[in-house]
Amino acid sequence: MSGALPGWMRMPLIGFVLVLGFFVLVPLLEGLPLAEVGRVLADPRLWTVLLVWVLAWMGNAWLSERATTRLAKGIVAACFGLTLLLLWELVTRLYAVPEVILPSPSAISAKIVSNLDTLWIDFVQTFVKGALTGYLIGCAAAILTAILIDRSSFLQRGLLPIGNFVAALPIVGIAPILVMWFGFDWQSKAAVVVVMVFFPVLVNTVAGLAASEQMQRDLMATWNASYWQTLFKLRLPAAMPFIFNGLKIATTLALIGAIVAEFFGSPIKGMGFRISTEVGRLGLDMVWAEIAVAALAGSAFYGLVALIERRVTFWHPSQRH
Amino acid sequence: MTRILPILTVIAIIVALWYAATVWMNAPWVRDQAARAGQEVTTSQLVRETLNQERPVLPAPHQVITELWKGVAGQAVTSKRSLVYHAWITVSATLLGFAIGAGLGILLAIGIVHNRAMDLSVMPWAIASQTIPILAIAPMIIVVLNSVGVQGLIPKAIISAYLSFFPVVVGMAKGFRSPDRMQLDLLKTYNASPGQTFWKLRWPSSAPYLFASLKVAVAASLVGAIVGEMPTGAVAGLGARLLSGSYYGQTIQIWSALFMAALVAAALVAIVGGIERVTLKRMGMAR
Repeated sequence: MSGALPGWMRMPLIGFVLVLGFFVLVPLLEGLPLAEVGRVLADPRLWTVLLVWVLAWMGNAWLSERATTRLAKGIVAACFGLTLLLLWELVTRLYAVPEVILPSPSAISAKIVSNLDTLWIDFVQTFVKGALTGYLIGCAAAILTAILIDRSSFLQRGLLPIGNFVAALPIVGIAPILVMWFGFDWQSKAAVVVVMVFFPVLVNTVAGLAASEQMQRDLMATWNASYWQTLFKLRLPAAMPFIFNGLKIATTLALIGAIVAEFFGSPIKGMGFRISTEVGRLGLDMVWAEIAVAALAGSAFYGLVALIERRVTFWHPSQRH
Repeated sequence: MTRILPILTVIAIIVALWYAATVWMNAPWVRDQAARAGQEVTTSQLVRETLNQERPVLPAPHQVITELWKGVAGQAVTSKRSLVYHAWITVSATLLGFAIGAGLGILLAIGIVHNRAMDLSVMPWAIASQTIPILAIAPMIIVVLNSVGVQGLIPKAIISAYLSFFPVVVGMAKGFRSPDRMQLDLLKTYNASPGQTFWKLRWPSSAPYLFASLKVAVAASLVGAIVGEMPTGAVAGLGARLLSGSYYGQTIQIWSALFMAALVAAALVAIVGGIERVTLKRMGMAR
């Protein structure tokens, strides 16, 4: 069996047969007549979608067997993403899916291009004013708190379990309270973000400050280094991989916090506001446009922090490829 | 005792700060009321009044606890005012979504580990999708499913499943790869089939990763269920309690729903953690 077909053809063909079997079996199990099944199978639209899917899969499988460089691997991933988009476009067009259920990628991109100014206003309101301000304040506060409680192991032993506990809680829930306290504008969104990013960063920083080895600290002691010298020259640099781990987790939380907080009240701009009002008007293409912007902004934000991490912690094994 | 004492101290500090903040934040309203009535308020009066308002800016801890207790023990469990009822609605969506998300996540991770094409195609997107604010699409999923006639538990569970899916995929792909070269080579010398390698080596050695990602996933799926309850308008569930509380300015209701959500989250994570301890102990992997 394994000699008959090359590896890159086998899995896609199995998948093809499985999906086809699904389309035959489900109507039969539901008790529909055989003619109905025949009608489904005679539909050229089904075959178009399935063929595109299987051929793309085979192409990607063939490519990935040969991909060794980073670039080639990137191309495989890009092909997969493009195939998904293509299938999405095909399905929405061929089956004439109504716009209120699933707009096609082309309709969404047209909406993005024609609404750039609105999207920009929403982006500034939610991302720059809400998420970014809150992120900076929250992360700075968390790192400062971690340094402040660093000298007291008593406080650390008390705060760490609580910080870990709070980090697992559904903190988004405080959004309505903070919106009540700080008003509808971006200040309340920034406040939600501050609370959301605080604990993950705090817990990671405290863990990081404990990461330097006893030998290294002893060495600093033999040099008669003061507490602050040890902190800035040894322990903070050693803590950076941990701190950046927290900072990276916090990027996603910041955007989520800023968007969800807008569901509880906001001025008439902002990504969360636009999403909830456009959903109400069934303007799904605008919703998808906002989601695309949010996805781009989220990935770019994460990428930026990861880039800074690579610069700062160039010495760490995980960064040396 | 050495572990409990610091935690209790920090909790005591937080409660003390909270009481101070309650007095400080509710004071303007009390002073304003007194000024309108043409009365003076003494300090002790001010403190007493700020701690027992009907709709405070910040409710005092004992008010929240009282409301929580009333919601949990003071009502029949089926009553719409019972927090247990609302918590159960949220938890049922959470658990259904968690089961779907974790199951699909494990399946996809198996595919990723055994199929190079899947690894190279799907894995970068699975990682990238974690940087995307997925919760933003929650209202859309709810409304779209509503318009095709799917209501109630399922839409919330889908959001929960989506949120718990990716931590499990990423964690399990790592876990299935955790056996080192030597162990895999050993099984090869035994002429083990891929299925045998999976069940006898990869699956057992992924157990620590499984539980670590399940703990993240269950917390994420609770957040998903709560947020999923908001856009449909306040009907039932903890998210709906939060929303209706914010509509009507019932701050004590918001805080008690929030505490209930925290208790539920803690309980869910603790259950997974308990299963983890027992399982890893029986497998001889306990640290």
